[in-house]
Amino acid sequence: MTYSIQIENLSKRYRLGLTHAGSIRDLANRLARRLIGRGETKIAPLSHDPDRVDGEHFWALRNIQFTVNQGEVVGIIGKNGAGKSTLLKLLSRITFPTAGRIEMVGRVASLLEVGTGFHPELTGRENVFLNGTILGMTRQEISRQLDAIVDFAGVGKFLDTPVKRYSSGMTVRLGFAVAAHLDPEILIVDEVLAVGDIEFQNRCIGKMKSVAESGKTVLFVSHNLASIKTLTTRTIVLSGGKMIFDGPTAEGVTRYVAENMIADTGQQSIADAKRTLTGLDQNLQMTDLGLRGLDGHGTLPADGRFQVSVTVRANSDCGEFLVGMTVYSQDKTPIGSTFSDPLSPPQCGQSRTYELVATFPLAPGRYHCGISLTSLRSAGRELHDSLDDVIPFEVSATSIVDDLRTGQWSAAWGYYRLNGLKETVHS
Amino acid sequence: MDRVNANPLLKPNCQGDTANSPLTLETINQMSPTAKQSTIIEPPRGWLKLNLGEIWRYRDLLYLLARRDISTRFRQSVIGYGWAILRPLLTAAIFTLVFSVFVKVETEVPYPIFAFAGLMPWLYFANSLTDVTSSIVGGGPLLTKVYFPRLVLPLAKIGVGLVELALQFLVLFGLLIYYSYAPGWQILLVPVFVLVTVVTALAFGIWLTALNVKYRDVGMAVPFLIQIWMYLCPIVYPITMVPEQFRTIYAINPMVGVIEGFRWALLGTQHPNWTMVGVSLAVMSVILITGVAYFRKVETSFADII
Repeated sequence: MTYSIQIENLSKRYRLGLTHAGSIRDLANRLARRLIGRGETKIAPLSHDPDRVDGEHFWALRNIQFTVNQGEVVGIIGKNGAGKSTLLKLLSRITFPTAGRIEMVGRVASLLEVGTGFHPELTGRENVFLNGTILGMTRQEISRQLDAIVDFAGVGKFLDTPVKRYSSGMTVRLGFAVAAHLDPEILIVDEVLAVGDIEFQNRCIGKMKSVAESGKTVLFVSHNLASIKTLTTRTIVLSGGKMIFDGPTAEGVTRYVAENMIADTGQQSIADAKRTLTGLDQNLQMTDLGLRGLDGHGTLPADGRFQVSVTVRANSDCGEFLVGMTVYSQDKTPIGSTFSDPLSPPQCGQSRTYELVATFPLAPGRYHCGISLTSLRSAGRELHDSLDDVIPFEVSATSIVDDLRTGQWSAAWGYYRLNGLKETVHS
Repeated sequence: MDRVNANPLLKPNCQGDTANSPLTLETINQMSPTAKQSTIIEPPRGWLKLNLGEIWRYRDLLYLLARRDISTRFRQSVIGYGWAILRPLLTAAIFTLVFSVFVKVETEVPYPIFAFAGLMPWLYFANSLTDVTSSIVGGGPLLTKVYFPRLVLPLAKIGVGLVELALQFLVLFGLLIYYSYAPGWQILLVPVFVLVTVVTALAFGIWLTALNVKYRDVGMAVPFLIQIWMYLCPIVYPITMVPEQFRTIYAINPMVGVIEGFRWALLGTQHPNWTMVGVSLAVMSVILITGVAYFRKVETSFADII
């Protein structure tokens, strides 16, 4: 099979600090130092990663090596700072490698942004031509496709209106419409799809899918694991400027999630958990909390089985109590609450761990909890103890997406995957 | 709009010689049966070839960027392109008042025409130099998002001034008629001097725009530079006022030869001292060649610095 993209030992090094952006004064300083014979002042490394920092240089990418065959659709994922953008910039010829080599066979279109070069004063039509030529089309090709582009963007009437009068949605649609008509052999796409409304995003995904299915070579860089899973079969995971995985997407996504979650796994320390509520009598006190049954990557399994262990110490004798738990989304919106059956407390001065189980069919995302202990008798008015912002966990897109025929979960659909909506069977 | 162009990306670069070419990036015609275009990206090394072929393939972009500037230059202004006429006309009027009425400067031709004919190339040069200098930093949003030969950005900036210059010619002909002044055969050489003016602005502009990426001080210095530069050019005074023995040194300023030649071609005044024009052209050529070489050397790092 012939290859489309071949990358050999690709590395990119940046200089740390402001030395790059210098001014005349800076230049004069450096020249003066060189004349006096003193070295340059050392700049404190920005990163603590010793592998990436080398004196005053920083390796954004190091020894990347892979080959993409013709017609393959490859996803590239990695945390912020993993080197995705640098790789994208190298492939797009915006910046040049420090070492190594890239060879691409065929017409390349790289899309790092929607509507590059749009000028607000120019009309939609003028901007289509400008943007199209910037992306590598000729004026003749654009003229030929103008009707299709305008149709796709749905801006018909406003074609001769300056773009500054457009809504932001229209501008983005027009930009994407131009990009969608590029017809390259190799397509390199950034997370340009992360803009616009849901309908537009789905349209972009749809377009990407048809490009991918038409035998084009596609490199797709994204944070969005769900779209990576729907669009690609092979995934490359970058971490700290290096390639840590290259293989089937499902496996790659798992590796990425694992990379990402390391900080959150393990027993949650509650030593510094916040107690914002006042009037806690502390007759019962939580001394330890844990989330069990995670799938090894800090994520909740697909069935949403939630196992929390609460260790409670009794500081005085008290009656039966309830454990109340509220789940919050990342932006601290309360999603829902649940309460345990009445539990009998440990003896005074003793501790006991309660294992509690619940099922939350939560949508993909990051969550955390608030946990309270209330006395049964007071019907929730007397609080023994209450902790905020504990038990962070993630419901990963991977664990959900398999049984989601809709492709990806959209934030606009809420936090819950409701049950039901089944067809009734008539006899 | 309907000119037939081959796609810039599809058209193979026919400047073979890939084995030992010092190119950073080359688009070569692969000799495989598929004959597909192949793009090779490697670290930049050494001094780079000019690669005008690539710029030619991006001529559509060059054209549209220039047109963007031309059509947005005076949008939302009432007078619009009237400004292109008004500025030199008012400047020439003030110069006439000061240097012809207050200070009696002797010129071969009526002073307003003398000043206007000198101002035309100068204003073109000054405006284009400013535009070209800011072209790379101003093109940052484009540079960091998409590849194209970086020289397209400064090159696209020389078009706006040409439109203004064309309008100024109409005014000049009006003035010539008013003063009943008939130009000679030399007027046929005007396009040559327009070209020289454009190239001079580019020569300095390419140096300055490349330097401006790293040293923003350049952007600050250019307006001031232009201000004092004007007095080093024979615009408000004829070159005959410059002492004979200094004229060759004076001509190191390439705009001296340009303005002298321009005025001679337009007005048929005393033909310029060809030694001086030669010195000016030589200096301009050196600046152009070194400027393009420097630009080519640093252009690979533009996106990293901006």
